[in-house]
Amino acid sequence: MQKAVLATSRFDKCVLNLRNLCKLFHKQRYLVLMSFPFVIWLIIFSYIPLWGWTMAFQEYKPGIPFTEQKWIGLKYFMMMFKDPDFYNVIRNTLAMSIMSFVVGFTMPIILALLLNEILNGKFRRSIQTISYLPHFVSWVVVASIAKEMLSLDGPINQVLVHSGIFKETQLLLAKPELFWINLTLIGLWKEIGWSSIIFFAAISGIPQEYYEAATMDGAGRFKKMLHITLPGIMPTVTVMMIMGLGGILNTGFESQLLMRNDLVRDVSDTLDLYVLNAGLNSGRFAFGTAVGMFKSLVSLILVFGANNLSGKIMKYKII
Amino acid sequence: MINLKIKKIDLFKKIDLFDVFNYLGMITLAIITLYPFLNVLAISLNDTTDTIRGGITFYPRVLTFASYKEILTNKNLINSFEVSVLRTVIGTSTSLICTAMLAYTFSRKDYFARKFVTIIFVITMYVSGGMIPSYMLIRSLGLFHNFNVYILPGLIGVFNVIVIRSYIDGLPYEIQESATIDGANDLTLFFRIVLPLCTPVLSVIALFTAVGHWNSWFDTYLYCNGDKMLSTLQFELQRILQSTATLSGNEQNPYKLADPNMQHIEVSPKSVQMAMTIIVTLPILLVYPAVQNYFVKGITLGAVKN
Repeated sequence: MQKAVLATSRFDKCVLNLRNLCKLFHKQRYLVLMSFPFVIWLIIFSYIPLWGWTMAFQEYKPGIPFTEQKWIGLKYFMMMFKDPDFYNVIRNTLAMSIMSFVVGFTMPIILALLLNEILNGKFRRSIQTISYLPHFVSWVVVASIAKEMLSLDGPINQVLVHSGIFKETQLLLAKPELFWINLTLIGLWKEIGWSSIIFFAAISGIPQEYYEAATMDGAGRFKKMLHITLPGIMPTVTVMMIMGLGGILNTGFESQLLMRNDLVRDVSDTLDLYVLNAGLNSGRFAFGTAVGMFKSLVSLILVFGANNLSGKIMKYKII
Repeated sequence: MINLKIKKIDLFKKIDLFDVFNYLGMITLAIITLYPFLNVLAISLNDTTDTIRGGITFYPRVLTFASYKEILTNKNLINSFEVSVLRTVIGTSTSLICTAMLAYTFSRKDYFARKFVTIIFVITMYVSGGMIPSYMLIRSLGLFHNFNVYILPGLIGVFNVIVIRSYIDGLPYEIQESATIDGANDLTLFFRIVLPLCTPVLSVIALFTAVGHWNSWFDTYLYCNGDKMLSTLQFELQRILQSTATLSGNEQNPYKLADPNMQHIEVSPKSVQMAMTIIVTLPILLVYPAVQNYFVKGITLGAVKN
């Protein structure tokens, strides 16, 4: 008797819940309408490519249904680790990203520190406005400009010859040993102003009283910079550094693809370009997918590793 | 009198050697940033044959608009300009409305699917299938050589959704509540109340999206390569660049033909290439002074979220 009552009440509850859910669904039908089309979009454009990772474990042949593809395990990954080109590519990627990481980090901080010392607001704002400009220009345009600047009769060659560093003008873009430096400096030119914004904002957030107190204690400009400004922006610096570490394999390919030529091919191949070449240009889709997957997974580990590191060092997790 | 004197001395004391170098350094930075643009502009306005002599600085030696005329009378380039403008306008507006809509549903704490939708979107910020699976997807969707390939894949930026959501979270919820009491449904709430209130954040995101659309060339390279009707300005400039890339080994002779496997591409004289660079940059240079404040607001907006 008691059991039956319980059962009906449970059943009732179920019906009630279902009815409530239907009611809720009906009540929020517009919200559903406003979000579910995008869920479908997301599944198509983000999750189906993720499903494409299965290709890395198959001897993928186009035009054959998924179930009939031959599974081959980690063959493509083995192939990747055996390819001498792959190590060259890893070297290039790491070299270029570490170089731009170091330079692209210290220089904007220095710029922000120096900008902070400029008391004339109008002058400072004009400098800032000018320095942000290259950030908004596409890499294609930057490559076009840079090629012109680095050409034989371009201004950089002229400056180097006039200052006596070079005896005669040289093809700066055709020298493999200069390619990484060129790219790092071009990247710096493009992003120094923009990257300094975040540090400048951090400096502006330091309470003015600290500086006043330091002045009372007789601290000069450099002492204040060293003991107040730098420690004051340290949290921001650490966060940005950790985020940068996570993206160390993401040198991208745009600047390399646009700036390179046949003479510097060996030093300009990055991981992304390797995927592009191995995968698309020579039609080895499955192999290219395997390399792309390797990159994604390593990046993911780096991001979460960096996040944990940040949690340990600063008791603050970004993700 | 005495007061005045003290002030003057103060003023002189304030500017020391460090300041002098600092100001000079900043001016140098400004010159290093701007000079390349001026140099390119000067070469683009200079006579083609005169340019080979070299030594153009920031003013044209033999002024001519021939390069611009050549570009502006080229039907292909006019068409690619139209495609660039179209993708920027259509891409930005659709992406803005969709991103804002999704962000609104993210902000509604009573929405039953909120957590689920948020999580599946945020996951894609950290993992993506990568270049080749996306390429194959686009191919099987029939988006090759199709204008929609510029709009659809980049319709929603998850980061932007989160930025807009935190902006909506900052708005007083009472406004929405009182509108609900007055009989507004969720669509009305979004279009009539939330959307107008979000204008500041939306204008920032619109600017970033528009710049992104205008500047992108890789989607044309991958998906619409060789299609004259769907080419974009950036891609055309990139093609000119690639055609001269082979020359960089032998720049003394700028008119040497490109190598045989790059047929169809004629080598453009430097002035034309530079004029093209200026034309591609021009829209950004024109709107930049007016909107640069918004851009800076944008980055601090993102920073607040962090």
